[in-house]
Amino acid sequence: MPEKFDVIVVGAGLSGLSAAYTMVNKGLNVIVIERGDYPGAKNVMGGVLYRQPTSEVFPEFWKEAPVERPVIEQDMWLLSDASAVKAGHRSEAWAREPYNAFTVLRGKFDAWLGQKVADAGALIVPGTTVVDLLRDGRGRVIGVRTNRPDGDLLANIVILADGAVSLLSEKIELHTRWKPNQLALAVKEILAPPGKSDERAKIIEERFGLAPGEGLTIEMYGALTKGMVGTAFLYTNKDTLSFGVGALLSDYAEFKQNPHALLQIAKQHPALAPLFAGCEVREYAAHLIPEGGYDAIPPLFADGVMVVGDAAQLCNGLHREGSNLAVTSGKLAGETAIEAHNKGDFFGKTLSAYAAKLNDTFVIKDLRKYRRASQHMEKNRQFFTSYPAMLNNMATEFFTVDSVPKREKQWKIFKMAGNKLKIAADLWGLFKVVK
Amino acid sequence: MHVVVCVKQVPDTTQVRVDPVTNTLIREGIPTVVNPFDYYALECALSIKARFGATVTLISMGPPDAVKSLKKCLAYGADRAVLLTDRAFAGSDTWATSYALSAAVRRLSQDEPVDIVICGKQTIDGDTAQTGPGIARHLGWQQVTYSTGVEHVDPDARTITAERKLERGKEIVRTTLPVVVTVVEDAPEIRYASLPGIITSLRYTPETWSVQQVDVELANLGLKGSPTKVKRIFAPPQRSGGEVVSVEKAGLVDAVKSAVDVLHTQGVL
Repeated sequence: MPEKFDVIVVGAGLSGLSAAYTMVNKGLNVIVIERGDYPGAKNVMGGVLYRQPTSEVFPEFWKEAPVERPVIEQDMWLLSDASAVKAGHRSEAWAREPYNAFTVLRGKFDAWLGQKVADAGALIVPGTTVVDLLRDGRGRVIGVRTNRPDGDLLANIVILADGAVSLLSEKIELHTRWKPNQLALAVKEILAPPGKSDERAKIIEERFGLAPGEGLTIEMYGALTKGMVGTAFLYTNKDTLSFGVGALLSDYAEFKQNPHALLQIAKQHPALAPLFAGCEVREYAAHLIPEGGYDAIPPLFADGVMVVGDAAQLCNGLHREGSNLAVTSGKLAGETAIEAHNKGDFFGKTLSAYAAKLNDTFVIKDLRKYRRASQHMEKNRQFFTSYPAMLNNMATEFFTVDSVPKREKQWKIFKMAGNKLKIAADLWGLFKVVK
Repeated sequence: MHVVVCVKQVPDTTQVRVDPVTNTLIREGIPTVVNPFDYYALECALSIKARFGATVTLISMGPPDAVKSLKKCLAYGADRAVLLTDRAFAGSDTWATSYALSAAVRRLSQDEPVDIVICGKQTIDGDTAQTGPGIARHLGWQQVTYSTGVEHVDPDARTITAERKLERGKEIVRTTLPVVVTVVEDAPEIRYASLPGIITSLRYTPETWSVQQVDVELANLGLKGSPTKVKRIFAPPQRSGGEVVSVEKAGLVDAVKSAVDVLHTQGVL
């Protein structure tokens, strides 16, 4: 007879560990099953972790956790082939507690988080893949089957935190296989400047105009994605840089783009190349990101099961948010499991409280608000192609001093914009999508 | 029957680099792993357990953090794990290490007489292959080194039959218990740990023994108890690339001629 737990969590990422931590702290018997050799082993996110939502589950985590740098500046660049229009915001308030966000390397961070959750009392089984869910005669989920000998386990509730592809929620028909335009493929390198750790940190701070220990993020739109719906991103770590490019999976096929080549070409852009001078590639990684938005969110629960994080398509591409949606959904699923445990009822009706609670948070509210964003961008590729190029041309004209009187210059720039009605319509369309 | 497996937690040498200036190992941020050869030793013990019945005990000597490696190994189906950890052990060479481990084996024998000690043939950090044989000498036991597996154990006749890997071929030897066996990488690979095995290991806390728990002379431990003295550590000089003789430029006959000349002048031929 397989051992029975109160809850089995599949996947030791942010959403799974947040759920597990919430539940063990209330005395539930929790086991977490992780495919990688340790939590974080399979995680390639080198990105942004937000302080407030994360500390709702892990209070003051930054005091012990391996975070890279607090983000004090967030920039957005619109790129043409050889130039850039830059905007951004910098605040020294973000350099101090309570902080807004940190750059993290999740491989390291999740290893730390996994240990914290294990210390709190959850069993974390690494190197083990859940290959199927066990169901009773009525289709209720009652446990998991792993790839190990004697690998079945039973539980009152199974929480699926198995990431963007989530084959398990597909297996129990919570969703059909994601379509290629519901996923983005991002590729990323970890780039290390020359020297020892402290020398590398110094180079990064000099190149990006940062005080010791401070970090920034840059999101880039335009030429780098070669017409595909996507972005490029650059984050400063302690002594390395994360630089990557992502676009809709369907677009790589349609535009016949090779993701690795795309990244190598992006690194050569004149606005970026000097920032990477002398850097050595430490890691190359690729990952799928859920981009299906609100309409792709599967049913979040069924009898004996709940779905959290990337597995539930909880990702806000427009604001590059994901880790915060993962933590929040994990926490709420954990709290719902505690209520179900206290009631002794694990049917869908009890677990529906999870979906109801999530509906009341920023997670679902934001995804509903941007419901049409991804499709709108797919249909209006000018936002990634002609508009960034046009803005760059205008900026070049505006800042070039060539003895042309300013009134003439302004008129020239105005003419550059071409069809004003079309622009007005596009802006209105964009406004409606994000309002 | 009681089988003891020796396990060492080592730096992952595939990631270790030598500082070109100080000639010391850069250990900063290098993850630790179970010495890969020890998995073959563990599999050898588990196979004896499965075929002939045995208690399998893991021992290790190292820093407190080495319980991690013992727990990992316990998941495959061992019954008990003991870590020797004490400042007095630090800096021990292979003589002092095998002395301490043999004392631990004697201590384990008080609970259940130990019949077989199995070690990996060597560790990937020291590469000496001396600790296993050292344990046998300290205990005065038989030893079977470079084994590819234990074929038979006869607890009544008190004998063991094992295969040894030789430079050319193999030999099958029979000797008497108790015995120390060191295992090569040609032995069967470690089995896949069962899920209940992993769960048991996660709940298990290895015993930790200091010098108090084992019968040892402190003077025989650590740096001062070690006859080996490290005089210098250095990285081997980088080899320069070989000479290229182009067939295209010189023509085949002249190219072979000049290549043979080079080999002559360098004394290779």
